Amino acid sequence: MKVLVPIKRVVDAYVKVRVKSDGSGVETSNIKMSMNPFDEIAVEQAVRLSEAGAATEVVAVTIGPAAAQEQLRTALAMGVDRAMHVTADEGLQPLAVAKTLKAICDSEQPDLVILGKQAIDDDCNQTGQMLAALQGWAQGTSISKLETGDGRITVVREVDGGLEKLELPLPAIVSVDLRLNEPRYPKLPNIMKAKKKPIEQTSLDELGIDATPRLKQVKVEEPPARKGGVKVSSVDELVEKLRNEAKVIR
Amino acid sequence: MSAILIYAEHDNSELKSGALSAVACAQEIGGDIDLLITGQGCGDAAKHAATVPGVRKVLLAEGEHLEHHVAENVAPVITALADDYDYVLAAASTGGKNIMPRVAAMLDVQQISDISAVVSPDTFVRPIYAGNAFATYQSTDAKKVITVRTTSFEPVAAGDGSAEIETVDAGSDAGLARFVGAELSDSEGPELTTARIVVSGGRGVGSAENFKLIENLAGKLGAAVGASRAAVDAGYVPNDYQVGQTGKVVAPDLYVAVGISGAIQHMAGMKESKVIVAINKDEEAPIFEVADYGLVADLFEALPELDSKL
Repeated sequence: MKVLVPIKRVVDAYVKVRVKSDGSGVETSNIKMSMNPFDEIAVEQAVRLSEAGAATEVVAVTIGPAAAQEQLRTALAMGVDRAMHVTADEGLQPLAVAKTLKAICDSEQPDLVILGKQAIDDDCNQTGQMLAALQGWAQGTSISKLETGDGRITVVREVDGGLEKLELPLPAIVSVDLRLNEPRYPKLPNIMKAKKKPIEQTSLDELGIDATPRLKQVKVEEPPARKGGVKVSSVDELVEKLRNEAKVIR
Repeated sequence: MSAILIYAEHDNSELKSGALSAVACAQEIGGDIDLLITGQGCGDAAKHAATVPGVRKVLLAEGEHLEHHVAENVAPVITALADDYDYVLAAASTGGKNIMPRVAAMLDVQQISDISAVVSPDTFVRPIYAGNAFATYQSTDAKKVITVRTTSFEPVAAGDGSAEIETVDAGSDAGLARFVGAELSDSEGPELTTARIVVSGGRGVGSAENFKLIENLAGKLGAAVGASRAAVDAGYVPNDYQVGQTGKVVAPDLYVAVGISGAIQHMAGMKESKVIVAINKDEEAPIFEVADYGLVADLFEALPELDSKL
């Protein structure tokens, strides 16, 4: 089974993002960037499949500016076999990403695509489903469990009411949720080795992708500030405030 | 006049609250609103949908292959109808999130996810970076595919409408994903995303047994029980209790956070609540920055006392 893992470079999850004063976006210069945490879980799952003998080859791919190669190095250090970089401007929208991944799927012919359920920058939660649609493949979104079988996989999805189990024929696409696994920290020797590995290059032009944004960003604003409230000194005072001031309990 | 199709989720007898929020959003966009009900044995849900005021008609697609709302089978039903509509909407529930991008890609449309406001018929606001910023986007697609942030739109009340119900082509089984089973939590009390009061516990609660304290308080207040990601990861409660960026988004009248420090990703799921109470023994906990009423106390003392005084 060949596995493709698309990954995205995003502002690190622990950075407090700031909206630019001109409303053109959030500050991303001189800020720590990392692999999208959900994509890290996807890489980990693919590497585990490889270690278990279920995956024959794991290919990581990213789409973005040259700096995104840093995240491909991380994926290589975690244990993926090959890395591909599709050169593109920042801010590609999910439909264009899905079309690019479709072109990669056409050439690489993976049996399984594993990717994060959403990127923590735009929080769109679209790419996996869109790629599944373009390929006409089965999809399992927000999965917390994956078992491989003969020509098929079984996944457990996290849904509003609890959990749902689906069986998907291969080829298929799964998007991963937080509880699927805990990604490893790459070991130093692997990080060193990853620096020397080749990264295959292509571009949106070579793949023939029209990435014209369909959504025009008008502005980006700070969320409405919530003003801090008061500290109460006792349970009695809390109950009194909730009853008489906030009037939310009787 | 534009035409708006809403993929309306239901439990076979009634519409889910998220579908009614999507109707409210559609009314802000403006146009003729039709509701699509898909499933098997969901005629009652269609009848309920017909009572939603302002709905032009209810489209009903029934078939065994639609019983479990598998995306590969539902999406083609929606796209087959899409020619007649300018907008296709659904709630940004796990169901809507699963199905709608598949619909959007089939229609070659860039979906707008999780919108929190309608600025104009082609311009919408949505949270990005876990709600730490709000972006306004103008869609250039002729057809719009949208998921709706349900906490941002007050659900309309079903009641005195009388739309006609029309059966539509249910398509056939795509033969892709097969539903094997579901494990649904049998939580008592109101549903988390629509409850008027939510009581949530975090890592500070310490164990699954101690979560009884949270449940007791919730029971007393008629509240739903929620949890932080830390409490879910620690195995105190099932995953569907999780409130946050990657869990559920809630906006009740009263949100009580107990033993929750207030990670950014948790606050993304609850900071639109009308009144927030935080009970935490660490007075430096970030949750106090958003709390209307903060009580610095040991939860194991404060909760029983609170329980006795309500």
